[in-house]
Amino acid sequence: MVDTMNKLLEVKGLTMDFGGLRAVDNVSLDVYAGEIVALIGPNGAGKTTFFNCVTGIYKPTHGDVMVHPPGKKSQRINGFKPNRVTTFGMARTFQNIRLFKNMTVLENIMIGRHCRTSTSILGAILRGAGSRRQEQETVDRSYQLLEKVGLVDEADEFAKNLPYGAQRRLEIARAMATDPFLLLLDEPAAGMNPQETKDLDELIVRIRDDENISILLIEHDMKLVMNISERIYVMEYGKEIAQGNPQEIRSNPKVIEAYLGEEADA
Amino acid sequence: MVGYFKQSFLVSLWFVFLTFPLMVVKVNTLKNVVEWRWMNMVYVAVGAFVLSFVWRWALERRQRKTKEAEFSDDVLAKPTVGQRLLEDPKVFKPVLIVIALATLGFPWLVDIYQVNIMVLALIFVVLGLGLNISVGLAGLLDLGYVAFFAVGAYTYGIMNSFWGFGFWISLPVGGLMGCLFGVVLGFPILRLRGDYLAIVTLGFGSIAKIVIENWEELFNGAKGIAGIPRPGLFGLEMNIEAATTYTYYLMILMVLFTIFVTNRLKDSRIGRAWMALREDEIACVAMGVDMARTKLSAYALGAFWAGLVGVIFAARNTYINPNSFTFMESALVLSIVVLGGMGSIVGVIIAALVLILMPEYLRAFSEYRMLMFGAVMVLMMIFRPEGLISNVRKKYGGRKSPTEAAHG
Repeated sequence: MVDTMNKLLEVKGLTMDFGGLRAVDNVSLDVYAGEIVALIGPNGAGKTTFFNCVTGIYKPTHGDVMVHPPGKKSQRINGFKPNRVTTFGMARTFQNIRLFKNMTVLENIMIGRHCRTSTSILGAILRGAGSRRQEQETVDRSYQLLEKVGLVDEADEFAKNLPYGAQRRLEIARAMATDPFLLLLDEPAAGMNPQETKDLDELIVRIRDDENISILLIEHDMKLVMNISERIYVMEYGKEIAQGNPQEIRSNPKVIEAYLGEEADA
Repeated sequence: MVGYFKQSFLVSLWFVFLTFPLMVVKVNTLKNVVEWRWMNMVYVAVGAFVLSFVWRWALERRQRKTKEAEFSDDVLAKPTVGQRLLEDPKVFKPVLIVIALATLGFPWLVDIYQVNIMVLALIFVVLGLGLNISVGLAGLLDLGYVAFFAVGAYTYGIMNSFWGFGFWISLPVGGLMGCLFGVVLGFPILRLRGDYLAIVTLGFGSIAKIVIENWEELFNGAKGIAGIPRPGLFGLEMNIEAATTYTYYLMILMVLFTIFVTNRLKDSRIGRAWMALREDEIACVAMGVDMARTKLSAYALGAFWAGLVGVIFAARNTYINPNSFTFMESALVLSIVVLGGMGSIVGVIIAALVLILMPEYLRAFSEYRMLMFGAVMVLMMIFRPEGLISNVRKKYGGRKSPTEAAHG
């Protein structure tokens, strides 16, 4: 399933300074086609900052973020605006849910289609055959995505009225609407109960298998991470301290130390 | 209920005590006697009691409503009676016909003064709808909107006095000039939001007025530009009455045009991007929406309408000077948008008519105009912060959900 020849995302020596604070220090990370990769680490390790650097919200101080979109030319995307990164095919969700609260569930997804559609202001005013067709396609595609995450019945609700777990799923569906080849999920299971986490687990694997979208996720729920990821990167204090498959990570002394604290000498 | 009575009673006692020296005791210095006006005390007591009672009742009703909304299974907010009436085609159609007939017949039923006032009200309807694009839809708070209105008005004034261009050529040029200034002023504010944006736009509004006041050669300074011709109709000679009526119908067309365009935009790819920008800028950008382009388009399009009706405003008054474009006008247009309900077209129209026409027909109370204005705004913010008509989102019947399909 994992295509080791086909690198999608290649991050080399990424460093991010905020004034005197080095939030991310020389981190390298690869994601191959068809892979689910997890990025873990204690709170404040710099995982979300790393995400923000990759998706263009921050401009990294040093290092390279290379994307190799399938069938397209590779590109170094440091300093690209977030909307260009998304248009390239990397979509993300947020740790603290960032839905468009006063828009309906369906409209939230339709925003995701924005960068794949082209109706101009004039086109929207005149509403010619072309823009009408495009609008209908957007609606249809959005309903398809809602079906995939099980939110069709809530299509006309305001996003703010959804239960927590459903909001998380809506965010994932919204990111999928941008037709990405790589989905970056920032703590998708945060605040979910065990049943919701289990559903999410299945959803993520299904997205990878059915949609052929690779996934990079930050997560604290170890059960979820160990279950679904092929490879795991571990960060602490901005540095990458380990990488490998779940078994390797589980038995890595450095990781155990980072999570459980240094063993006190007697 | 008993609690209400008790509290309202205490409030009225307190008010009687507070106002006692002012309302009851009066020292007549001519006769050297103290007059006791006991009836005033009764008025204060009854007035305070009733107002306090109504206030408490209204507040409680509002709280109960929000609680109900929170706990009910039906998560969709229930539409108000007015909205339900508007959505019912049986009510909606006759109402629309009556409004259309009244609009068409208006100039023939009332005198020219009223028509002239109505033209002004309609100008503010378009201004409200224009500002609604940037404030209501895209969430870009603009306190200097009147600057674009001035751009339109002076475009016509200058084009006419310098080169003798007519109304119909100036109209689109005024709109485009507004648009152009929107883009030019839009660039520096791209990175700002919220309070900062408000302050900068406030500055723009003031700068526009000061430039107009002091640039004698071009704008004729504080003297203003006089003798601007009214809208023409194929060179037809018209007296004032006919011209006013003509302007009125022109404005009606203008309002319809604005409604048509904003309505189309609201439920389009562009309108959704504006709303997403209002809701959450970071998420919006992360979903692939180009922030610069979206913000600029909202700002420029809002300015376009201001420029367009600015030309009509100049033609209606036949005279413009900087005093027509003060911060008060910006605040008034903003109040129209807030009062009407952010993003709601019908709400903005109603609010514009109320806020412009009310002061004109309540001339008797003109001293209390700002007081009433303020009171209305405060009450609105407490009891209906979402505006007269809250923004109802379109439902896309793209496909039936599986459950719906299963049921029939």
